Amino acid sequence: MHQVEIATTQETLLDSPEMVLNMGPQHPSTHGVLRVVLRLDGETVIDLDCDIGYLHRGMEKIAENRMYTMIAPYWDRLDYIAAVSNGLVWVETVEQMMGLPVPPRAHYLRTILTELNRIASHLLWLATHALDIGAVTVLLWALREREEILKIFERQFGARLTCHAWRVGGMPNDAYDDFDKDVRQFANNFPNRLDEYETVLSENRIWLSRTVGIGVISGEDAIAIGLSGPSLRGSGVPWDVRKSRPYAAYADMDFDIPLGENGDTYDRYLVRLEEMRQSRRIIVQALDNLPDGPVNAKLPKVVKPPVGDYYHSIEGPKGEIGCYLVSDGTAQPYRVRVRPPSFINLQALKQMCVGHLVADVVAIIGTLDIVLGEIDR
Amino acid sequence: MLLLGPVNVLNDLLLKFFSQETINFFLWPLIQIGLVVTLVALWVAYATYLERKISAFIQARLGPMRVGPWGLLQPIADGLKLLVKEDFVPEKADRWIFFFAPYIAVASAFIVFSVVPFGPDWAVIADVNIGLLLVLAVSSVGVLALILAGWSSNSKYALLGGLRSSAQMVSYEVAMGLSLIGALMFARTLSLSGIVGAQGSDSIWYILYQPAGFMLFLISGIAENNRAPFDLPEAESELVAGFHTEYSGMRWSLFFMAEYAAMVVVAAVAATVYLGGWYFPWVFQLEKAGYHNLYVIVSLLVFLVKVSIILYIYFWLRWTLPRFRYDQLMDIGWKWLIPSALINIALSAIAIFLVQALNGYRGMRTIESLDRGLNLTTSGKVIMIVIGFAGVFITAALLARINWRSRDFNLKTQRRNIRLVNLPKGKPAVS
Repeated sequence: MHQVEIATTQETLLDSPEMVLNMGPQHPSTHGVLRVVLRLDGETVIDLDCDIGYLHRGMEKIAENRMYTMIAPYWDRLDYIAAVSNGLVWVETVEQMMGLPVPPRAHYLRTILTELNRIASHLLWLATHALDIGAVTVLLWALREREEILKIFERQFGARLTCHAWRVGGMPNDAYDDFDKDVRQFANNFPNRLDEYETVLSENRIWLSRTVGIGVISGEDAIAIGLSGPSLRGSGVPWDVRKSRPYAAYADMDFDIPLGENGDTYDRYLVRLEEMRQSRRIIVQALDNLPDGPVNAKLPKVVKPPVGDYYHSIEGPKGEIGCYLVSDGTAQPYRVRVRPPSFINLQALKQMCVGHLVADVVAIIGTLDIVLGEIDR
Repeated sequence: MLLLGPVNVLNDLLLKFFSQETINFFLWPLIQIGLVVTLVALWVAYATYLERKISAFIQARLGPMRVGPWGLLQPIADGLKLLVKEDFVPEKADRWIFFFAPYIAVASAFIVFSVVPFGPDWAVIADVNIGLLLVLAVSSVGVLALILAGWSSNSKYALLGGLRSSAQMVSYEVAMGLSLIGALMFARTLSLSGIVGAQGSDSIWYILYQPAGFMLFLISGIAENNRAPFDLPEAESELVAGFHTEYSGMRWSLFFMAEYAAMVVVAAVAATVYLGGWYFPWVFQLEKAGYHNLYVIVSLLVFLVKVSIILYIYFWLRWTLPRFRYDQLMDIGWKWLIPSALINIALSAIAIFLVQALNGYRGMRTIESLDRGLNLTTSGKVIMIVIGFAGVFITAALLARINWRSRDFNLKTQRRNIRLVNLPKGKPAVS
């Protein structure tokens, strides 16, 4: 196990005003089993180190011993909050390596459902982030909306959280009968609900004082660390995989990218809220233009990508989820490597936290929107 | 009166065994104490139920529904569960301090009820002439329990919680005490019954004279009780459970009871000092009509309703607002509340001086009498209320002048909006 690089000997502690505080792995707001060792001067953080790996399941190694079609459900367990997006990166990587022509209807449905998943993931982020800062009510309000999305998932995929949404070459089945009606109903109700959250939080003095100027990271630093997703865009860096290298049906969609200016927690909050609005816009567009036709490509009996390697990435709710795949021409991959956005975003934690108070550490962990299933894999 | 029948019967029954003096000075207080403790404990238990129901109402859910109709027996079930739970003591805890801290918390919260006037006449246990001072003194002993609990648990989270609570409660007590002084200038007494009587004979609630004082008292009272948005000592998302992290079972529930009892105390004092306590217009008509006990009981119910309204504000705030950070909490205490309490005292003094000076000026009459507090005539009341409400704005303006440089003051102007850009589309990854 990774050695935590903070002095914890009794002598140094007794003689100094400093205190070493172990946050996690069983702590209410480290979002799972993250262990953060903090060195505190009073309540000010002067140093911190993260200890991860409590949820390590060896996903990448497991993938080496599975057929290509069998790996997709494992990918749902990486970032279990955004299982649909994670599943998509795997099937798209395999499809592109094989050059499979996926029918446009499947592409459009994938767009709708991954955007729904983005909203669900952002809602859970909002819920937990607000809870960490102390606004408990927003948690239940946001979960109420998320429930609507999960109901759509349940009817479409038969599961709510780890959906196993996609198959290599398309989708397991077409959209269910009331799909259009359900999604439209959600899309119609959603903006008002989002305004409700804004009423409670955006102009709230306490919320402002807890988030403005907290966890600031500049655009250059964010790029240097490799941040992606809303955490990067909150610092004002215009980068979105949906725009720069469109996958699924994003090339046909018309949407904007929200960019922050200060790179603080409040900007990231606003960026994520605006992203939810843009996601809704994409969903409505895709529903309006949903083409007819099959949802599955014709597949060979055994999925065997040609020898070689391929990297494909999509814009997940937390950032750029990438998948690097090396194939030796057999029915099982030679090596799979995931680019987990949470893991890389977590690297900014120390830079953001040092000099702030303990209460801000919690807010910053919340704003980074990490999921430990993805960090530890 | 039927309702007093049992009381008289009981009095006669006791007279057979004891002298009238023993009964008056020893037995009746005991009975009152027993009644109050039972009722307050019940009230505290049902405050938790109400809190859960109100939070459920705010959060679009049902709340407890299973135990009894509408979950009405839930507090009893919770109490039983906590009674039979294991009382766990950490190995390296300071055992005796760890044992006693919850009792200090509960005792300090419950003792205050002895001077709270629930109603007129027999609804007061003890009318102490320094009642308000006693309330402040005893409730500040509650800090000790939190510090001891935090220290003796031998846990870092508990220690941080204890440190936070000591700093917080000590600094907010100052603001709390100062905010009461304005109202005391009108009542001219420290006795809580006397304060209610002064409001009764002046036919006014002091919230009208002292709107700023009421707000200050309520805010610092909420902070004193460690309730959201000032619940830092037990901030569950940062410090797990703060000072009672290591407590379990009945001892934990004692802390819980103390918290709710302290809430009721602050609400009761706020209702007594600013909302007229048990007094409301026309309550004396009942007394004059000869229904003495009905008068007492109606006043008692009025008092309970007032306290419940303030408690509802507590719950409402808790489930609406995020939590302050530690340094911001101190900022609010020292940079906002204490200065505004001082300004409030000065303004009240000026107002009283003005009203006294105007009395007799060109035949104006502003003061009716000074026997029971400051009793003003209608014109005096109007002047006082106008100055009181103007005082809120004057205080706000002065504080803004003092604090305009501070970071948190102009956050809304500091925030910048995000911008929306339409990036050019790159080469599609999908054919």
